[in-house]
Amino acid sequence: MTDVVWGLLDLLLILALLALAWGSLNSRNLQRAVIYFIGFGLLLALVWVRLRAPDIALAEAAIGAGLTGALLLAALRDASHSPDHTDRPDRAWRLNPVPTLLSLGLAVALGLAYLQALEIADPQRLAVAVFSHLEQSGVSNPVTAVLLNFRAYDTLLELAVLLTALLGIMALGQARPAYAQAGPVLAGLVQWLTPLLILVSAYLLWIGAHAPGGAFQAGALLAGAGVLLRLAGFPDSHFPAALILRGMVIAGVSLFLAVGLVLMLVGRGFLDYPPAWAGGLILLIETAATLGIAATLMLAFLGGRPAAWSLDTSTTGRIQAADMVRHNTGDNP
Amino acid sequence: MILDTQLLYGLVGIFLFSLGLSSAFASSALLRRILAINVAGAGLFLLLIAVAYRGPEINPDPLPHALVLTGIVVAFSATALALALVKRLRETDDD
Amino acid sequence: MTEILAALLVTLGLAFFIAGSIGLLRLPDLYSRLHALTKADNVGLGLLVMGLALLTDDPFIALKLVLIWLLVMAASSASAHLIAQRARRRERGT
Repeated sequence: MTDVVWGLLDLLLILALLALAWGSLNSRNLQRAVIYFIGFGLLLALVWVRLRAPDIALAEAAIGAGLTGALLLAALRDASHSPDHTDRPDRAWRLNPVPTLLSLGLAVALGLAYLQALEIADPQRLAVAVFSHLEQSGVSNPVTAVLLNFRAYDTLLELAVLLTALLGIMALGQARPAYAQAGPVLAGLVQWLTPLLILVSAYLLWIGAHAPGGAFQAGALLAGAGVLLRLAGFPDSHFPAALILRGMVIAGVSLFLAVGLVLMLVGRGFLDYPPAWAGGLILLIETAATLGIAATLMLAFLGGRPAAWSLDTSTTGRIQAADMVRHNTGDNP
Repeated sequence: MILDTQLLYGLVGIFLFSLGLSSAFASSALLRRILAINVAGAGLFLLLIAVAYRGPEINPDPLPHALVLTGIVVAFSATALALALVKRLRETDDD
Repeated sequence: MTEILAALLVTLGLAFFIAGSIGLLRLPDLYSRLHALTKADNVGLGLLVMGLALLTDDPFIALKLVLIWLLVMAASSASAHLIAQRARRRERGT
């Protein structure tokens, strides 16, 4: 009986997932395609819960659906402002035999490899290693233990990848213009939500040690608060001064590196925490990483340098003026 | 039954991956390509999480979970970089 | 006893969700769709949250569930307002 219920749920989830993916790839209207993609991300969060991956469900809801959705909609808005834009629905795609066949071949090969992998008798080995060393890791959430202790090296480099992507974006030009000041409803909602989001983000950071949560989810939520402030038309999302902002961006990587190097100086391996200190060190690194991830994701959403990024005060005024141009067009209460 | 769930979601993941990939090749609009690559990435994430699943009683393997968690964040920043490149391209074309 | 009550509340909540979804699909224009969707779903979620809160012994979890309900209500009424406002402006052609 329970098996039948689960099977039915699986079937419904998968059919809806495939329908949304199909819609986002084939919808002739690009805006509709983006909306389908946001729905796809939300449903994917449900799939993660179904497959017992609540850490990923949190990140998917915040990043995959929330931030990516906002980013794609903002990009769509750029496109509709560009002079060569037409409202005519474009042809979604043209089937090209060679890449299609290659993709199909790749899918078949992946499928066969997957079937083989499932048949391997003991697929638990790495998981067993994680669970048997969990007590020494300083945290009891196995995903956090992998991210910040067992494979801390990978996470450090991953933060560096984030930083590199952001530097690329900052090098490409100026941020999208700020949005018009929102009406009382949205502005009021955002004013209520922002402190709550900061609180929930701190909660997620803290709880990540022993339950689903951690730096990535907390950072994404904080970035979400920044994006909301931006969308509601608050100038520059109340960014801190340029130096502090830049400091936040590199906070995660630099603190991570510093901890690793100090551990080397005292005669341990790079990022090889003493078990008694592991919990505290992980929380320290995660706190810095949360700030870094939040600043990075928020700035990445802007699509370029905001006025607050500039250290040179002589140009700040000019950029700020350009940034503010769209401001007084809204419906001030 | 556990194997069935793994198999089902894993194959759906592979299907989404190949659907996204072929669509990325087939579409001409840059925004559509970025969308398609995101769908393909989600398919790969699904495959990894399906591998990690161990049924309702046993804890899933946390390693693929950690991989996918960082993957989601990297996918976002890569999408943001790609969109910034598209924006720059458009600005250059307008001049 | 508690479980039966919880099951009843959850089932009732789902009935409201179904009504909201039918409204979204069947009603003629944007405004009545928004009306059906936000109202029915908010009540449905409230009943669902009450049912689930009955099932947990931990008051902290129950509080978190209620917080989710409040947040969804605030967000859905604000987004319904924004969608309706935008549609209205388009109709007026401004």
